[in-house]
Amino acid sequence: MSSLHRFANPARFSRLSRAVLPWTAAGTTLLMAVGLYLGLVVSPADYQQGETVRIMYVHVPAAWMAMGCYTSLALASAAALIWKHPLADLAAQETAPIGACFTAIALATGALWGQPMWGTWWVWDARLTSVLVLLFLYLGYIALVNAFDDPQRGARAGAILALVGWVNVPIIKFSVDWWNTLHQPASISRLDAPAIHPSMLTPLLLMALAFLLLFITLLLMRIRSRLIDRRIQVMQQREIEG
Amino acid sequence: MSGFRMLVARDLKLAGRQGSDALLVVGFFVLGAVLFPFAVGPDAAVLARIAGGVIWVMALLAAMLSLDRLFQADYEDGTLELLALSPLPLGFLVLAKCLAHWLTTGLPLIIAAPLLAILLNLPADGFATLVLAMALGTPILSLLGAVGAALSLGARRAGVLVSLLVLPLTVPVLIFGVAAVDAAVGGYPAGPHLMLLGALFLAALPLCPWATAAALRHAVE
Repeated sequence: MSSLHRFANPARFSRLSRAVLPWTAAGTTLLMAVGLYLGLVVSPADYQQGETVRIMYVHVPAAWMAMGCYTSLALASAAALIWKHPLADLAAQETAPIGACFTAIALATGALWGQPMWGTWWVWDARLTSVLVLLFLYLGYIALVNAFDDPQRGARAGAILALVGWVNVPIIKFSVDWWNTLHQPASISRLDAPAIHPSMLTPLLLMALAFLLLFITLLLMRIRSRLIDRRIQVMQQREIEG
Repeated sequence: MSGFRMLVARDLKLAGRQGSDALLVVGFFVLGAVLFPFAVGPDAAVLARIAGGVIWVMALLAAMLSLDRLFQADYEDGTLELLALSPLPLGFLVLAKCLAHWLTTGLPLIIAAPLLAILLNLPADGFATLVLAMALGTPILSLLGAVGAALSLGARRAGVLVSLLVLPLTVPVLIFGVAAVDAAVGGYPAGPHLMLLGALFLAALPLCPWATAAALRHAVE
């Protein structure tokens, strides 16, 4: 763990992230281009779903990232509460809007897929509902962090809320599953071989990797801009105080 | 332990002196539920079908409405800082405040629930289960609400914020609470749902005061 603390230094983070950013940005572009080409052009249409199956290449990675971002939000919040690293606070706060966007993308693409497949934009099915609740958890976090005049207080309250939400997410998931289910069962994370043909699995995994890199790129850019913003504020303060 | 009892007694006394406050919450609960027949029509079958859900949702909203009483006044006049300095662990203090909050809002809601059940034409089989489910569920609302109330202390527009924070977390309570009533009305055993509600309550009992105490510590520091 002590090796991780080395990266909590804002100056070191700035230097490192400047070096890493071009690579993650290039990797995102490359993987997304290849993944989209394979997914939208090369991969076959589904024998049941036809061309609409291609929505999956955006929908599924977005849904994975929606959940992954919440875990990363909770981990960053825990780090912020335990070690009081200012960078962990920033990472948590900047993860939330990205995660909320991924969640919204997953919901929107799901609705677009549901209209031709299920004949309706929205059904109160278990997975859709828990993703919707996840979106509300993100929005609640963002609202709480921004509701205080003292940013430090907002960061602390948000961190506790993120952890409370993280404990609750499995409970909500379980209870919503109990409540109703219509969504097809998971087809990739099964113990036997994946029930999806390699011609579809390859672009899906490429897209998932592209989304992960996109998240890292956006997160680094957002944290960097917050650090720069803070430095500008300090400089302005000094100028005023003369 | 005497500090715990004293704090509960103090909060109850304060609530008693401002007697109308607790009644206001019950009034909101009843009035809100009475609006539903106007909105969906007086058809008895429709009302019987939605009664359990309406009563639970209104209980949820009424509980949210009363959360500002939990810590706000003590926070503003500095009592909270003194309480935080007391030898009693902050988690116990939160538990005492939750108990007082439940006695002044949750309990009146439970007492008013059968009245609403009659007005909304809930089949008689569901009455006992509704009261039992609310007896298990409303303490969870007080406990979860305490987390939200403590987190939003000193925030702008804290009242609206609390609802946004807490309502998504109460989804499991709503699901199992309504499922228990529906099961009883439909002639199925309501036991499993009530047990799950009990499990949620037992999980919330230690975890929520802990998180609330952490939030309060940041609020008063």
